[in-house]
Amino acid sequence: MAVLVDRNTRLVVAGMTGREGSFHTQQMIDYGTQVVAGVTPGKGGTTHLGVPVFNTMREAVEATQADASVIFVPAPFAADSVLEAEAAGIRFVTLITEGVPILDSMKVVNRLRTNGRTRLLGGNCAGIITPGQCKIGIMPGHIFAPGPVGMVSRSGTLTYEIVWELTRAGLGQTTCVGIGGDPVPGTRFIDVLRMFEEDPETKAVVMIGEIGGTDEETAAEYIKTMSKPVVGFISGRTAPPGKRMGHAGAIVSGNLGTAQSKVDAMLAAGATIADRTSEVPGLVSAALSLTAGAR
Amino acid sequence: MKLHEYQSKELLERYGVAVPRGTVATDGPSAHQAAEQFGGKVVVKAQVLMGGRGKAGGVKLFDSADEAGKFAGELIGKRLVSIQNPTGLVVEKVLVGELIDIAEEYYLSVLLDRAEQRLVVMVSQEGGMDIEEVAATHPAAIVRLYVDPAWGLADFEVRDAVAKANIPAKAQRQMVSMIKALVKTYIESDADLVEINPVAWTSDEKLIAADAKVSIDDNALFRHPEYQATKDDAAEDPIEAEASRRDIAYVRLGGDIGIIGNGAGLVMCSMDEVKAAGGNPANFLDVGGGAQAERVQQCVELVLMDENVRGLLINIFGGITRGDEVAKGILEAFGKIDVKIPVVARIEGTASDEAIRMLEGTQIVGAVTMQEAAAKIVALAQSSTG
Repeated sequence: MAVLVDRNTRLVVAGMTGREGSFHTQQMIDYGTQVVAGVTPGKGGTTHLGVPVFNTMREAVEATQADASVIFVPAPFAADSVLEAEAAGIRFVTLITEGVPILDSMKVVNRLRTNGRTRLLGGNCAGIITPGQCKIGIMPGHIFAPGPVGMVSRSGTLTYEIVWELTRAGLGQTTCVGIGGDPVPGTRFIDVLRMFEEDPETKAVVMIGEIGGTDEETAAEYIKTMSKPVVGFISGRTAPPGKRMGHAGAIVSGNLGTAQSKVDAMLAAGATIADRTSEVPGLVSAALSLTAGAR
Repeated sequence: MKLHEYQSKELLERYGVAVPRGTVATDGPSAHQAAEQFGGKVVVKAQVLMGGRGKAGGVKLFDSADEAGKFAGELIGKRLVSIQNPTGLVVEKVLVGELIDIAEEYYLSVLLDRAEQRLVVMVSQEGGMDIEEVAATHPAAIVRLYVDPAWGLADFEVRDAVAKANIPAKAQRQMVSMIKALVKTYIESDADLVEINPVAWTSDEKLIAADAKVSIDDNALFRHPEYQATKDDAAEDPIEAEASRRDIAYVRLGGDIGIIGNGAGLVMCSMDEVKAAGGNPANFLDVGGGAQAERVQQCVELVLMDENVRGLLINIFGGITRGDEVAKGILEAFGKIDVKIPVVARIEGTASDEAIRMLEGTQIVGAVTMQEAAAKIVALAQSSTG
């Protein structure tokens, strides 16, 4: 088992024929993801990378029974693309696009939540991978390996950094979920923690947060109730307030969203915190052997 | 993107918010002329994008146009320094505003509540001071009103919030209108903050925005070409302005170890490691996906514009981009620019062994882990400057 995506996931790619879309679609196909359709208005009826292209998401879903979509369209059109996927009956949408206006994200996230049919991951995220089964997004597939660790993160490269260390330490992953660096994400830490808690194959969770917002603090409240160990890492301890650190959501506003507040909340919730990325594998191993010993 | 006070007031005025009469001046004589127009009773305010303008000496009240003009003339061209902005900013414009007779001061803002994922209106009877301080000392004084993303605000909700905030009865109607105007401004301008502090209740019973702070969501600037021209001026630092022109995510931090990395999280992490190793990060810089020579070169040039930089740390996780290609980019870039300070590069991930081998025998010192790289650059920077 895994969370959200596995080898049966049927993926449709919005913006597949563009430069980024083409490159990453090929990478996803090579990884073994079932890419069943692409959507580019005006290019319906053609084939790209061996995959049929449709003009609309509705046509793509009707023809291929796709149940997940990934969006590579430019920021001005990204919100519309998410709504199109929802209307077509897609249950899980991954929005890779960076730079989506905050008000667009806010409207889309609230509408999807109200309707309750579709989960959005992102925007501005690296995607999701269930190692050995399905990769949706832009992460380098070969650094991941199957195993017992569930991972959730706001940062792409920082995830790669830590996953690479985990994989080399022999600690594979059930699923790695990139929730993205935007201020209004479709899926939040707490949502993914709940899934990992319920997933029988996930034995420990690694949660990678950063400055900005209070989602780590909210997640900490849930961590208190979890049966599985959580190892955390928070980046941006030295970031000054009021400055946006690359990610639109990585900003300390006044006294809200500091790294210290997140570290404190997670420690108080019983999570273990790594001060440096290199400590994560050791802490995960320790947590896993403790859990195994408790049985 | 932050707007200047005068721009914020112009914007709010278009949405029906009352603001004091005012004129922007770029030299002493025109400030003098503007002050005369308002009978000499004016406030002169430096138009710089930093907090703590008043304490930095950038805001002053006057009785006579002569004094106002003289002060403005001295202020323009001067560098203002505040606690919030230690490097400071040079004043290019001042706002000469008519003095208003303030009886009471309130607070009003609209912003995104990230936890609720909705817009929130914050209204308080306690205006004129730092709202964070109010929130910390007596949070009950701030009333929060959430905006339904699909429906907006109903009038009764606004009336209720204003009453709850103990805004005096005679000011309530005007406050309701002001709140509705602020929310409309926020949504139609794609703002990420609209704040009026203080909202002035004048002795002749008018509600006026005595100050105004509007910031526009950078991600939505494509929908607002009216701000394109002023985008680079809005930077709080000349190197940040250059970064904005080059479309590079750069933030100046004031230390002496320059940092270049890929991905916001990894760069922040690199900053933390430099600090942990006893150094001080000079900047945040995310080189973005891939690392072609030209891009690397642009980034290195940018970091070196900061004269305080005594060492440079490059931290790249090669994912889909191979490490050896990154190394090639770095070497090409360094072939074109003369870098005199120590440089440590750590390239991890795909093909990192090749990358490290390629950097051997060059001016660039290799490192295997991020921690090692941070320790090396801090030590090298210290020894090279004695």
